[in-house]
Amino acid sequence: MLNTKDILETISMIQEEHLDIRTVTMGISLMDCISDDIHRCCSRVYDKIARKAQNLVEVCNTIEAEYGIPIIHKRVSVTPISLICAASKGDPVLLAKVLERVSGEIGVNFIGGYSALVHKGFTPGDEALIKSIPEALATTTRVCSSVNIGSTKAGINMDAVGMMGKIIKKTALATKDNDCIGAAKLVVFCNAPEDNPFMAGAFHGVGEADTVINVGVSGPGVVRSAIAKIPEGNITDVADMIKRTAFKITRMGQLVAHEASKRLDVPFGIVDLSLAPTPAIGDSVAHILEEIGLEQCGTHGTTAALAILNDAVKKGGVMATSHVGGLSGAFIPVSEDSGMIDAAGCGCLTIEKLEAMTAVCSVGLDMIVVPGDTHEDTISAIIADEAAIGMVNSKTTAVRIIPAIGKGVGESLSFGGLLGEGPVMALNTKSSSKFISRGGRIPAPLQSLKN
Amino acid sequence: MRAVITVIGKDKVGILASVSALCSEYNVNILEVSQSIMHELFCMIMLADVSKCSSEFSVFAKACVEAGEKSNLDIRVMHEDIFDSMHRI
Repeated sequence: MLNTKDILETISMIQEEHLDIRTVTMGISLMDCISDDIHRCCSRVYDKIARKAQNLVEVCNTIEAEYGIPIIHKRVSVTPISLICAASKGDPVLLAKVLERVSGEIGVNFIGGYSALVHKGFTPGDEALIKSIPEALATTTRVCSSVNIGSTKAGINMDAVGMMGKIIKKTALATKDNDCIGAAKLVVFCNAPEDNPFMAGAFHGVGEADTVINVGVSGPGVVRSAIAKIPEGNITDVADMIKRTAFKITRMGQLVAHEASKRLDVPFGIVDLSLAPTPAIGDSVAHILEEIGLEQCGTHGTTAALAILNDAVKKGGVMATSHVGGLSGAFIPVSEDSGMIDAAGCGCLTIEKLEAMTAVCSVGLDMIVVPGDTHEDTISAIIADEAAIGMVNSKTTAVRIIPAIGKGVGESLSFGGLLGEGPVMALNTKSSSKFISRGGRIPAPLQSLKN
Repeated sequence: MRAVITVIGKDKVGILASVSALCSEYNVNILEVSQSIMHELFCMIMLADVSKCSSEFSVFAKACVEAGEKSNLDIRVMHEDIFDSMHRI
């Protein structure tokens, strides 16, 4: 029979340390929904998603009940809508509304893929979609949008970077009566992964199968409490402890992914080896860094501690699953992490430190609230900085930044639920407009020439 | 399918009897039982065969949780595979 200690450890991970499956995301290709008539395209998109994902929520709930492991989110990601809408030359917002309606009917809480991939240039379809983002996100609640503006292979499309600064500002303005929440559903990527199960950046890549199940695991609380058991251990001990814990967490993700894939008769895609925080107490990545030995997240040593954490999570998780993918690593979304909220609120965690941290963790500047009067070119310049880190280091970086319209440093935005709340963080106020207005493309770095 | 039933709480007379009675009511066959007192807490782990359970597994699991709440015990029923996959390679 199973060891009593092991059984009690699993139960305490779930009950006291917030261990959960963060998301089961069904990726659905919409390539066969393309039509020269936008209305026909809309009805095909509706039919396909409703057909493929009709049992997703029910199956996940059954797995949750049988295995006793909470599955927090059930979601759908689709082929970038810019590709699906282009042939019709119709208004992409119509498709956003279809995504909103069908996601409500199948019971998922977010649907990702209102996206465009413009790392090298725009097609007319991409441009139409990007311009429609503010309206699409203001008139829907579950639709998530992402735009890939750079890659290690292609360099950075600075025209797109310039455009996205304006779009983010407009999206925040269009939802200003609702804590600017539109901007919290919009991510700008460099090196966007095609199989990411996490929102708001999930979309179903064109190289993927018709439908696929991707799973994102979580468990910052479990890692923190494991490290708390070795207060005298050196850094190698800490890294080993994180690896062992990440292995266990990921094995559970693999089990759930396999079960969901079998019961839904949809191929298993990947497990995303992630540490995703929530605003709940005891579910914070910042608190892991503090457990490693920092007085507060954001102080000197934070980047190194995060690098240890990120690396050990991957090393522990990679053997526990047959296919790794997505973003894989520790997430640092400020508003979704109680430790980060505290650190940013008291000024210990600044945007410059966060930028450094993004060079060693899985994503980028995530869920950061900035003053409402921030110039759109400054937002573009933040995107350019972040994309440069991703491009040069051959990793995914992203910017999900929320201009708090009508608010300044010292105030905060509250999105509620898992999106949490964020204090407005101070930015450098010197202008970057000349740099952004030049446009063009940042050439791909030498790192791209691997053939 | 086999499930692990865990019962944790303050020790008192009749815990094993009440949980076994519940299993019998739902036609769940108990295969193994181990129990111990840890830090003054009663801790019992049962391995049970639920393949002939008289109702849906989730109904039985919910009944166990509710019975536990009534008698101040934490009772959980989980699929055996979750422990296997997490602790065995």
